Amino acid sequence: MALIPISLKVNGTRFERAVEPRRLLSDFLREDLALKATHVGCEHGVCGVCTVLVDGQAVRSCLSFAVQADGCEVRTADGLAQGGKLSALQQAFWEKHGLQCGFCTPGMLMLATELLERNARPTKAQIEEAISSNLCRCTGYYNIVESVQRAAELMQGGAK
Amino acid sequence: MTATFPKHIPAEGYIPPSRQQEPARKQYKYIGQNLKRVEDPRLLTGHGQYIDDIVLPGMAHAAVLRSDRAHARIKRIDTSKAKALAGVYLVLTGAEAKEMTGATAQFASPPVVQYCLAVDRVRHVGEAVAAVVAENRYIAEDACDLIEVEYQDLPVVVDPEAAMTSTGDAVLHPERGPNNIAQQRTFTFGPVKEDFAKAEVVVKRTLRWGRSGAQPLETVGCIASYEPGSGKFTMYTNSSFLNYVGWLVGASLGVSASKLNLIPVVTGGSFGSKIFTHKVMTLAGTLARAAGRPVKYLEDRLDNITSCDNHGSDRLYRCELALKRDGTMLSLRFQVIDDYGAYFQFGVGTHGNSLCQIVGPYRINSIQMELIAVLTNKCQQGAYRGFGSEVTNWMLERMADAAADELKMDPIELRRKNMIQPDQFPYVIPSGNVYDSGNYPSVLEEALRIADLPKWKKLRDEARAQGRCVGIGVATCQERSVFSATEFWSLNGTENPGFTLTSSPESTQLRIDPTGTIHVTLGSPFWGNSPETMATQIVAEQFQVDPAQVNIVYADTQSGFNSTGPGGSRFTVMIAGAIVGAAKQVKDKLLRVAGHMMEADAGDLEFRVGKIGVKGVPQKEKTIGEVALFAHYFRLNLPEGDAFASGLDANYVYDHPLTTMPAADRSHLGIFYPIMGHMCHLALVEVDPKTGKVAILDYVAVHDAGTVVNPMTLAGHIRGGTAQGIGTALYEKFHYDESGQLVTGTFADYLIPTLAEMPAAIRVGHVETPSPFTEYGIKGGGEGGRMGAPGALSRAIEDALSQYGVRCDELPLTPRKVRELVRAGEKR
Repeated sequence: MALIPISLKVNGTRFERAVEPRRLLSDFLREDLALKATHVGCEHGVCGVCTVLVDGQAVRSCLSFAVQADGCEVRTADGLAQGGKLSALQQAFWEKHGLQCGFCTPGMLMLATELLERNARPTKAQIEEAISSNLCRCTGYYNIVESVQRAAELMQGGAK
Repeated sequence: MTATFPKHIPAEGYIPPSRQQEPARKQYKYIGQNLKRVEDPRLLTGHGQYIDDIVLPGMAHAAVLRSDRAHARIKRIDTSKAKALAGVYLVLTGAEAKEMTGATAQFASPPVVQYCLAVDRVRHVGEAVAAVVAENRYIAEDACDLIEVEYQDLPVVVDPEAAMTSTGDAVLHPERGPNNIAQQRTFTFGPVKEDFAKAEVVVKRTLRWGRSGAQPLETVGCIASYEPGSGKFTMYTNSSFLNYVGWLVGASLGVSASKLNLIPVVTGGSFGSKIFTHKVMTLAGTLARAAGRPVKYLEDRLDNITSCDNHGSDRLYRCELALKRDGTMLSLRFQVIDDYGAYFQFGVGTHGNSLCQIVGPYRINSIQMELIAVLTNKCQQGAYRGFGSEVTNWMLERMADAAADELKMDPIELRRKNMIQPDQFPYVIPSGNVYDSGNYPSVLEEALRIADLPKWKKLRDEARAQGRCVGIGVATCQERSVFSATEFWSLNGTENPGFTLTSSPESTQLRIDPTGTIHVTLGSPFWGNSPETMATQIVAEQFQVDPAQVNIVYADTQSGFNSTGPGGSRFTVMIAGAIVGAAKQVKDKLLRVAGHMMEADAGDLEFRVGKIGVKGVPQKEKTIGEVALFAHYFRLNLPEGDAFASGLDANYVYDHPLTTMPAADRSHLGIFYPIMGHMCHLALVEVDPKTGKVAILDYVAVHDAGTVVNPMTLAGHIRGGTAQGIGTALYEKFHYDESGQLVTGTFADYLIPTLAEMPAAIRVGHVETPSPFTEYGIKGGGEGGRMGAPGALSRAIEDALSQYGVRCDELPLTPRKVRELVRAGEKR
């Protein structure tokens, strides 16, 4: 199959690669770039475990082709921790027990990143609305919502 | 307290003495704290190393062609086009694989033969027919599309009752007998006939529990490599039972289990479904050996949902509960038809599990079960959170509610009246299992207190006055923990019981390095729970050290030793036992060395926070790090003899704390699941009779899991388990149509609850009745939520729709099902 050249930024680094047109963005990130934080749960766009941000917007990377991200800026959960430290969002998930098996967590983190960038002070209902697009099989979701609430507090500089 | 025995079980010597070394205490330093999980930082940053993250040099990728037929003979397979595709290393059919690899192992006796790739015949949609190994997964899947299979369709069996009378080509495994009954047997525990003769009321119900499954968001995978010459296999696997599964996979591959090194990885959820992943491992091993390079096989969602070998129970009950008119329960007898699907890997183990708590929290004197296990053209059953006992909990609670209705009693009063009392433990139930300890009335009272029942009733009655359908449901259920291996086979025929395994230990190696860091090696993997956090808190408690001073590592099967794995809510209890045993040996040595360093008698020393000091002399102390350094590097400064050999380490194997053999005639099953938790779930729901939608307005779950190691993580299990219970009760079903097609084969059809389906809150409470048999009195609590929610929700919906006179006797109660009930009620 003919390869298509693409050029994109992932977590701040520019990559120039040639990919098959059918190559999924999730496979491109995980296998070609060895960025393993993005997980794949159902491969038909329902569970949302594979959620990444493309130009600031949450997308299902299992339903996106790598070529569609040509010229875009992609962000994944691999890039959240900076300078060897957990981000406020990750810290909040840790504090509030927002994960058990951790498999859905990267998708939830990226959903929350998108939400908090658009709305630094989301209501509980807005957080619930954002989170309800993804599946988690372990937690029953409550602690994920609390984690996002806590992250918003931390990012506002509030210690409590 | 005196033990309570049913008349048919001889009390003398029935319950072995407790081996508990660390009794429960009022105060702990680390146990009972909400320690943040030590597992989390690497999971939050993408460094979890799940099975799909492992990459080996030269690794090839496998894909599997699956049957689109429910039941057919394989007439011909042509793989030539697939083999010709660029980048394809290997194509293997079932018949070819059988030349190298035997049948998959199993616990049913006699076994139902299954191969990792079907041979001659497919028995359910999704069964593996051929496998391809290629440069990458894309090419492997392309090659699958090029394989031509010619099938000859056979009659399809999907109805479990029809399976009992199947004949001819509709019989799935004709070598086992003339119909699709895999096993049929009646078990009687206690004087059932006499108790029914005493009955003033007999309540009868037919109950149907639909087929759901764990469906963790990560599927099953294995990366296998094979070393020609030595004949050794190395497998990365997300199986939870590494130490058991090696035997099974080795047997299939035709090599000794000692030739397999199984390396655990972090697992993205199991809920029971990854206990045995032997079919995937056997396939990956077969392909790696045949292809001559490492092979990765990871199920995609369709692979998993159609062929994971882990669909949950699928049961039809016909029950009779004998009572006195005042509500006293006397005896329960039932027939249960269980649809096991096309194969029978665990035999009827899920009913052994049920029998360990078959009377629930109630004083029911006798039990009779006629068990009919049938085979149909569906994915086979495996394990799912509760392993069959969650179904019995629902059945019992449905029967209790039915009795309350028939006797015009309050359902809570009926339950309260029949509960085993706190002074009756240890309590031996008719099946022979022991309930170690409990306080069921106090769990109920705590739940009622948290819910504020009078307020709920007021809300309900006000809503009804406005014409809304609001109802309240209660479930008071058992939550068994710490299985014994006898449950795998005790229900098999006594003439042919199979492999009568009786060990289910858990082990650890505990080592203090020269810096004073305590390393604990687990023989079981991370399966989505918190094994590292549990072990860390228990070690910190044992040594009175900061949890940051503890490091947890996982053994592969070559370096680890005698462990079983997480399952049946056993791990926290079992690893606590192993750690206590190992810690004792290491602490003794620490005290010996410290005593020598401080010129004090070891008996005069005590553990302080991170230190060892001389009792009554606060300034005379050494840090554990100082003692550890000395123990490692100053051999000539210590006395001669093995007691002072360099280093600080111990191995300890902790066997099951309380288990005995079943009676030879199976008049009882012995003690096999005795560490008994309890729960009360209360639900307040509103049903829209026009759409069938169920909204959960409020929810309370109080659990007693003995001494709680980490209330935060236990609450996480209770809420998450309740979410799965909501799925089972209201949404999830593997629905097979008449032709045996799985019509709910994606997450768009198989409906796992999202946040939108959850109650606004699940309010959790803990009651702690420590076990007298386990270290610190810990009980397991990993499965509870799913074991209580279906009962509470069924009743709440029934109550909400009381004006229609509905009975919620079939799960799941999907909107469509609820509408059917309402419509039928409107006609009456």
